Amino acid sequence: MWTYTLKRILQGVITVWFIATATFFGMHAVPGDPLSGEKAVSEKVRANLEIKYGLNKPLEEQYLIYLKNLLLGDFGISYTQENRSVNDIIKEHFPISASLGILSLIFASISGALWGALTALYRNKYPDVVIMFMVILCISIPSFVFAAISQLSLVNLNSLFNWSILPVGGWGTVWHMVVPSIVLGLSTMAYLTRLMRSSMLEIVNSDFIRTAFAKGIPPQRIFLRHQLRNAVLPLVTVLGPSIAAITTGGFVVEMIFAIPGLGRYFVQAVQQLDYTVIMGTTVFYGAFLVFMVIIVDLIYGLIDPRLRIDS
Amino acid sequence: MRLKQDDSNQQKSSQETFANAAAKPLILLFCLAIVFFFLLLWALNNLSQLVSSQTTVNEAVNWPDQSITIAIAEEPPQLNNSLSTDQSSGMILGHVMEGLLRFSDDGSIEAGIAERWEITSSTATFWIREEARWSDGSPILAKDFVFSWKTALLPETASEYAFLLYTIKNGRAVNEGILPENELGLSAPEPRKLIVKLERPVAYFDKLMTFPTYFPIQEKFYTQKSERFGADAKDLIYSGPFIIKTWVHGARLLLEKNPFYWDRDNIQLNQINIGYITQDASAKLNFFQDGKIALTDLTADNLDNAMKNRWSIKESQDGALFFLEFNHRASRLTSNLSFRKALQYTIDMDELVYQVTKLPGYLPGKSIFPVWLHGTNRLLREEYPAPEVELNSAIAKRHLKQAQRELGISVWPDLVLLTGDTPTANTQSEWLQGVLKNKLDLNIKIDKQIFKQRLAKMTSGEFDMVMAGWGPDYDDPLTFGDLFASWNLNNRGRYASREMDNAIEIAQSSTDPNDRVKAFNSIQQIIFDDAVILPMYERGLTYVIHPQLKNVKRRVLGASTDYTKAYVTSPP
Repeated sequence: MWTYTLKRILQGVITVWFIATATFFGMHAVPGDPLSGEKAVSEKVRANLEIKYGLNKPLEEQYLIYLKNLLLGDFGISYTQENRSVNDIIKEHFPISASLGILSLIFASISGALWGALTALYRNKYPDVVIMFMVILCISIPSFVFAAISQLSLVNLNSLFNWSILPVGGWGTVWHMVVPSIVLGLSTMAYLTRLMRSSMLEIVNSDFIRTAFAKGIPPQRIFLRHQLRNAVLPLVTVLGPSIAAITTGGFVVEMIFAIPGLGRYFVQAVQQLDYTVIMGTTVFYGAFLVFMVIIVDLIYGLIDPRLRIDS
Repeated sequence: MRLKQDDSNQQKSSQETFANAAAKPLILLFCLAIVFFFLLLWALNNLSQLVSSQTTVNEAVNWPDQSITIAIAEEPPQLNNSLSTDQSSGMILGHVMEGLLRFSDDGSIEAGIAERWEITSSTATFWIREEARWSDGSPILAKDFVFSWKTALLPETASEYAFLLYTIKNGRAVNEGILPENELGLSAPEPRKLIVKLERPVAYFDKLMTFPTYFPIQEKFYTQKSERFGADAKDLIYSGPFIIKTWVHGARLLLEKNPFYWDRDNIQLNQINIGYITQDASAKLNFFQDGKIALTDLTADNLDNAMKNRWSIKESQDGALFFLEFNHRASRLTSNLSFRKALQYTIDMDELVYQVTKLPGYLPGKSIFPVWLHGTNRLLREEYPAPEVELNSAIAKRHLKQAQRELGISVWPDLVLLTGDTPTANTQSEWLQGVLKNKLDLNIKIDKQIFKQRLAKMTSGEFDMVMAGWGPDYDDPLTFGDLFASWNLNNRGRYASREMDNAIEIAQSSTDPNDRVKAFNSIQQIIFDDAVILPMYERGLTYVIHPQLKNVKRRVLGASTDYTKAYVTSPP
């Protein structure tokens, strides 16, 4: 168990190093740089700026300096938010994205599993057809459409009742999180519903269910203990990547609902070629994703004893 | 065969009974999930209340409190005024800081921190008012200005806007590290008297004083904060009508009336609550409709919606000019005058503004000088109307043939049009592509780039034409007029002409208003005759405002939107 964990962590570190290196050189290969602004500056000023940010050094040296700082956990100072460190930006804004993401993931996974079980139970019948139609809608319509529509309906609802049922946007209380987290979780929920449905259908036809029936175990018990529990396993597999996808993919939802999450920094940094923020957020998210995948792999053992890794 | 069918029937019915039996726990699970979700919300709510006790109530306007809530597009990136270059920071700085002079209600220049001033061709003298105070109560003195301007000019500060201070004697030399900082033409012979020696006569020096780079900085505070200066609400000291009370990064800013501001009696708003930070125009309109914010800009998409709701829609100028800039480098086909003339006789900017952009407030581009610039007594464009071109496809085609002969080419190759990646840039570049294909049979390749990469390509000259824009820095025609000087680094198409340079030199160093406007007129004429650029449009602003909020200023310069003198009237 321990050697396995160590091996996975080592693999993770190499992955993160690779992400950092690829991003670093890719970013520098793009034309333009963070120092070019709308107004042209004289060569002198430009040289001063380059010295200030250490961009006058050769690229390999910059890379080594970067790696050294990365090991020390220092992502540097943002180019666009000139007096904020990238560490501060991540520290202040990631918890917001994460809390929104976790809430929407809880919503998505629980409801996805339940809807999936329902459709499998009533395969090819009325509930199945209706839900699967909705699922296709949720998968194919991008989240910003849902975000815009839900916001508009909230505005209309609020003006209809002349009372603020839920806030239309902004951040501060839990009520601000309800609609954005549901919108954010919709596509994941739909995806999980499909996954759950197929995994349930596979299990329904397996031998051990037949045996359970033959033994005369009550149907409720078969459903809960034998079908649901086994069918949920594949869902856990995709949960790790889903966490990362939801917490990073929230940019548009964050923008529409005016939520101060990390997503906007992630996207705007690329547009602004803000080197330090690009590196900081990419490496951070990369490490986060790798970490989540490792965690999920380890959690397998808890859910399914067959997959428990022996030492 | 029969047996099999029987078997499947049986299986089906057993499946049904199973489904019905299993549905009960499933429904129970659904109920449990809903209860769980609400419990989770409730728990989180309690938890968050433990963490932060303060909850903000956002109302668009509040009459008894004289407070308003607004939304901004992005978090102000830089509130250190000697480094700040962007509009978002400029808007905040315009509310919390004040320079020697400020904008009056009608947009002209009036006394600010300085109570009076005197500008000659060699020096400018400012007398600072006795009652001018920093937000900590200490007096604002001449040395605060000396320190601020010196800081902006120091090479190690690396301020991008230091060039605005080149009007000060030796400003450029200090900025480039040629002369030490004590050679700078700044002195404070008395605590409240500031004398500025000028590098050359500057007719518009007073107008520069409203620009953030010219705002004061308290040395003690600055050195104490060092790198953190301007990073947070507590890392700034304020000289303007408001102070930043709280600043939650990325989420909200709360501006409160500055009790030490010298003109506090004329400031009516107690609070400006910037409650939302988002670039999404539709989201902001939703906030407006929900009564959460007091003002928001409209786009072409939501203009109809606003009209249907009978909101009070206002329009104004944003001051910026957008134009089609040619690449004048000799290797490019666009360096040929006849070619540029052909385009000038073809492209209909009225069509662009009235049929493509379709937003109120926008004006078709006619000159490098936007309509709002002042001449000697009246508006510059009233004194010297812009030369107008009469579109004519026959003349255009003749020019194009001529260009072909001069360049010695039989077929026109594809020309590269460099543009940005915004929706507006998309529509406009596609329109231009269509117009040139239909009318002149020219093939245009659109090169769409994000902002920084477009700038990089503009600077290195990798384009034939580019859709560029320019916003004014100060209230003088020169802010546009010197754009195409051969030495101007912003002249990215590298246009160079002796005539143009001469006119710009007169406009820069003459103090006689008549000579200056004449120089501006010749600049305007050269731009037209040489088709240096094709002015496309002057950008407008269309916005909706809460009916109770009065006296909000949208300016072409300084803080836009300006709420400093705004007030809330009683509800009807």
